[in-house]
Amino acid sequence: MPVHAITPDYVGTVKDRVENFHGNILVHIYWKDHLLFCAPIGLPLPPSMPFAALLADVLPGAYSQHPEWEAIDWTQAQWDLNHAPFTPDPAKSLAENGIVHKALLCLTTPGLTGLAGSCT
Amino acid sequence: MNAIKKMSLRDRYRVLTRDLDWAPSYQPENKIFPDMAFEGIKITNWEGFNDPFRLTMDAYWKYQAEKERKLYAVLDSFAQNNAQMGITDARYITALKLFLQGISPCEYMAHRGFAHAGRQMRNAGLRVAAQMQALDELRHVQTQVHTISHFNKHFNGMHSFRQMHDRVWYLSVPKSFFDDAFSAGPFEFMVAIGFSFEYVLTNLLFVPFMSGAAFNGDLATVTFGFSAQSDEARHMTLGLEAIKFMLEQHEDNVPIVQHWIDKWFWRGYRLLGLVATMMDYMLPKKIMSWKEAWDIYFNDAGGALFKDLARYGIRMPKFADVADKEVDRVSTELWTALYSYSHATAFHTWIPEEAELEWLAKSYGPEWEKRYRPRFDFWKQREAEGKRFFNPTLPQLCQVCQIPMVFTEPDDPSKIAFRESTYNGEHYHFCSDGCKNIFDHEPEKYVQAWLPAHQIYQGNFGGATMPEVLNWYGIVPGQDNGDYRGSEDEKTWLHWAAMRNRVAD
Repeated sequence: MPVHAITPDYVGTVKDRVENFHGNILVHIYWKDHLLFCAPIGLPLPPSMPFAALLADVLPGAYSQHPEWEAIDWTQAQWDLNHAPFTPDPAKSLAENGIVHKALLCLTTPGLTGLAGSCT
Repeated sequence: MNAIKKMSLRDRYRVLTRDLDWAPSYQPENKIFPDMAFEGIKITNWEGFNDPFRLTMDAYWKYQAEKERKLYAVLDSFAQNNAQMGITDARYITALKLFLQGISPCEYMAHRGFAHAGRQMRNAGLRVAAQMQALDELRHVQTQVHTISHFNKHFNGMHSFRQMHDRVWYLSVPKSFFDDAFSAGPFEFMVAIGFSFEYVLTNLLFVPFMSGAAFNGDLATVTFGFSAQSDEARHMTLGLEAIKFMLEQHEDNVPIVQHWIDKWFWRGYRLLGLVATMMDYMLPKKIMSWKEAWDIYFNDAGGALFKDLARYGIRMPKFADVADKEVDRVSTELWTALYSYSHATAFHTWIPEEAELEWLAKSYGPEWEKRYRPRFDFWKQREAEGKRFFNPTLPQLCQVCQIPMVFTEPDDPSKIAFRESTYNGEHYHFCSDGCKNIFDHEPEKYVQAWLPAHQIYQGNFGGATMPEVLNWYGIVPGQDNGDYRGSEDEKTWLHWAAMRNRVAD
């Protein structure tokens, strides 16, 4: 039973439908081994945004306070999309890359293991 | 001479309960008690519940009035002696701010919940006991507000606590906890609040706050704690008697009650994460670590309780083992979040002083030191450079507990734990198996979760910029939020300290 309610066939209002985000989709991003950022972040992004713009214009604002951000070798960076290995096409949009509402992107930066190797 | 003989206490209780519990003749019972059936709890004999207190209203009134006279005498004397100047350090007030913003409004919801659940019960003893508890909870919110109002004259962050409770992001954690309980049926509410919260977890809330107050020189809050304590004992007994009653009535009730215990243990435990930060980070003078408190009040006391309940077919709450695995990290993971998003909290945060970091390392061991010390060193360095660290991006949230997704894998504290479900084509994220389990059982309830970060992005929090959101929260920037160092609270405290020294000269 999806809910125990007094009213038969009770249906709840889905608060976070994509229609409520004014044309954006909600994208979660997790930079592995960098828990200085206490949790993955969530951002409302236009699905038409090129993946390259996410890297160049959005992520630095979120992560550049970390001293290892500058040290990332982007040719080595690995991505997961919803826990499956993923090779983004930087020229294509988020939508064309298969990034949908409430997707989770994980960024792994080999060799960078956080402050003093603490995964922070 | 008065011809009417005064009734004994026992007679008065009988008149108050049994004599008011007549069998209805012209209305069917299910119309008078409409919420008794839909949760699936089967009651074969309503007479089977015996009220363990048998307290009459006049006795209740007399007893509570005496307690409150004493409390208000202490509060008066506290105010007249400017005893707020005698606390250990103004950082202590953070615990009171969190209590007033996060817990006191929940006391009010408990009042409403017990009034509602009690009304539904087809047993006068249960009804009266729930009504007394509803009154207790109402008294608690009032006396808490009165006690803490004195500090509001001197410190920031407490002026709009009720508005903040309804709106501020981290307060959606306690708010959604009580909304969940309040919108459940009356039997689930009794298990959620009466048993799981009041019986299993209450010592982890009240003892740390009240001992914390005692250790840090806040006699007013300690006295409130004493005043509430005798009520808490009654609440614990009611919670236990109520679930024993459900379990004894029908064997079909056992799995339903067990699920509620699992659910409310986990929801309560997640909520108590805020208490863990209070114990390990907010109190200038520590009482004990979260780990010690968890061992004493949950593992020892709770373990004995569940051993006792085994004869009813009840086992330890699911995922208690996960709470054990998280015990040495939960306060630091949450403090990292509060520190990083302190530009949007109605209390101050700070980097612990060196002696406090050593205490944490001693309490949690070398693994803690290795894992967490680097972030404090980094923050310290940034602060020295005048670039205090704040996280500029909103966090991902758990759909059920609504806490930012800060919790790590039970067996790997270096990796965030991700759990997910898809329901009716929508995707949902959770911080733990405990929260996912709750969602999967009643998805139709939790798809409605009002997640603050998402609401900001949907434009429902007063605007798109930080000042607009803070204004909507009721937080005054530069006054209520940000780091303790350099705050008005700190200036007030240092001013008092300087005055004391001048007198001493």
